[in-house]
Amino acid sequence: METFSYVKAPSIDKALSAANQAKFIAGGTTLVDLMKLRVETPQTLVDINLLPLDKIEKLPDGGLRIGALVRNSDLAWNPEVQKSYAVLSQALLSGASPQLRNMATTGGNLLQRTRCAYFREPSAGTPGGYGCNKRTPGTGCAAVDGFNRTHAILGTSDQCIATHPSDMCVAMAALEAVIHVEGPKGKRSIPFTDFHKLPGDTPNIENALEPGDLITYVDLPKPIAGSHSVYLKLRDRASYEFALASAAVVVRVEGGHIRYARVAMGGVGTKPWRSHEAEAALMGKSANATVFRAAAEAALAKAKPHKDNAFKVELAKRCLVRSLKLATA
Amino acid sequence: MADSFDVRFKHLRSHSPSKPNDEVANCDQAADRQFLDLEPLTGPEEHRKGSSFSRRSFLSGLGATSLLAGAAPLAAAAPVIEPETGETAAVDGASDLTLRINGKDYRLRDLDPRATLLDTLRERLHLTGTKKGCDHGQCGACTVHVNGRRVNSCLSFAVMHEGDEITTIEGIGQPGNLHAMQAAFVEHDGYQCGYCTSGQIMSAVALLKEPIGPADEDIKHAMSGNICRCGAYTNIVAAVRQVRQSRA
Repeated sequence: METFSYVKAPSIDKALSAANQAKFIAGGTTLVDLMKLRVETPQTLVDINLLPLDKIEKLPDGGLRIGALVRNSDLAWNPEVQKSYAVLSQALLSGASPQLRNMATTGGNLLQRTRCAYFREPSAGTPGGYGCNKRTPGTGCAAVDGFNRTHAILGTSDQCIATHPSDMCVAMAALEAVIHVEGPKGKRSIPFTDFHKLPGDTPNIENALEPGDLITYVDLPKPIAGSHSVYLKLRDRASYEFALASAAVVVRVEGGHIRYARVAMGGVGTKPWRSHEAEAALMGKSANATVFRAAAEAALAKAKPHKDNAFKVELAKRCLVRSLKLATA
Repeated sequence: MADSFDVRFKHLRSHSPSKPNDEVANCDQAADRQFLDLEPLTGPEEHRKGSSFSRRSFLSGLGATSLLAGAAPLAAAAPVIEPETGETAAVDGASDLTLRINGKDYRLRDLDPRATLLDTLRERLHLTGTKKGCDHGQCGACTVHVNGRRVNSCLSFAVMHEGDEITTIEGIGQPGNLHAMQAAFVEHDGYQCGYCTSGQIMSAVALLKEPIGPADEDIKHAMSGNICRCGAYTNIVAAVRQVRQSRA
């Protein structure tokens, strides 16, 4: 591991002023791991665990404000989240292990980096190492022609096909969360679908954060009255594994017809994959298997499989159909 | 036996650190700094007599040639100060700090900010009950409790834990005074080689306070962050089930 200097920030202002050439560290579950692999080599670590961002609060408009330092397990087991945002609780509890969930934070989970084995290889993006445009732009992508069973089928480019690994983010995409950020230019808020970036020609740029930005809160809108939500995750083993395909759905059915639908998918996209196509295919239709299958076809219409991951296309469709059946049962 | 050990590894003890600092110069075993750091915690008198000997120091001695020649664990670079109570060193950047472990304060000097909590426990404080498996948060062998919650000590820097209450397997129970979970693991044969066992037990003790369901399936999910290469899972579940039922 490269050496670094360590400072503990007692306030948000102090954290922001120390942010130059630094990485913020909270739970450390991604960052420490990647520092050991020399994927991350920060000069300075700013410990933000003292900041007052560890609360879950009801907002006056009926929404929920989640502090960036709220641990994944606390968020998953929060009674309000379990009652009104079940999809988020289910997604969190399907991710990682209990130990990691006790450490990992809401803000850190938003910034979780891909599990692409080429990206995680210490020498990737260096001379003699695997090509990785995410590590070093212009060095190519070893995964495109390599072993790519777990890689993405939606949102890829010829520069990068790395899957976004988070479960929490998939649920937040379906819940239309809003991310609040504080940085050198002041405060701003970012709609969830605008936060993560498609790889395109710049897979090294993964999100809308600018240097020195600190995630402070994630706001969930007021729960949709009468809706049901489900997170369904399919993977190689029943627990402690990343998704091959997952679906987060929030639906409201009235008189047999779908009046509200939000759909996001995980394990298949280069970012948490909100599917407006599936939502359009569901709205106003009857809640039955034919309609669900049509929505799944729409969601995966632009899927682009590679050598080892063609199975994900059908798997993702069935995952979405099953999750819609569960949510409307 | 201790004498022959000393003679046998005398060549290793002649290595001295390239840049001895004041702290080490004041130490009786300045030349043995690296070696001394791998000794179990004992009083200074015992060190002086050279009478301390343990399985760990013997095994460390066997590996010491490569250790001295190559990269030592980051936490093994400086001596440890004996447990003290009520004293907290100022943390400037990273170097000196006090960790509270199993109800005792341990003062650490010159701690590398890169030292994980796991390496610090094992290599600086010689609390070797906590095991290093994958070192990447995937196996659970390093599980300890921080403020009552289980975490992977390999994915956390020690400098981030000043003021935290840390509990390791040594603080859960001791021979003759086992925690109910330790006794249940013995009763149900919840291990084979034993390497993952301390992490399994730390997870199992923590889940007793977590809001999980009553079924075996719930135990399996709650224990899924702890890998057992020997495959003692069935017996581990039996041990956890017994303790949960006895406390229900």
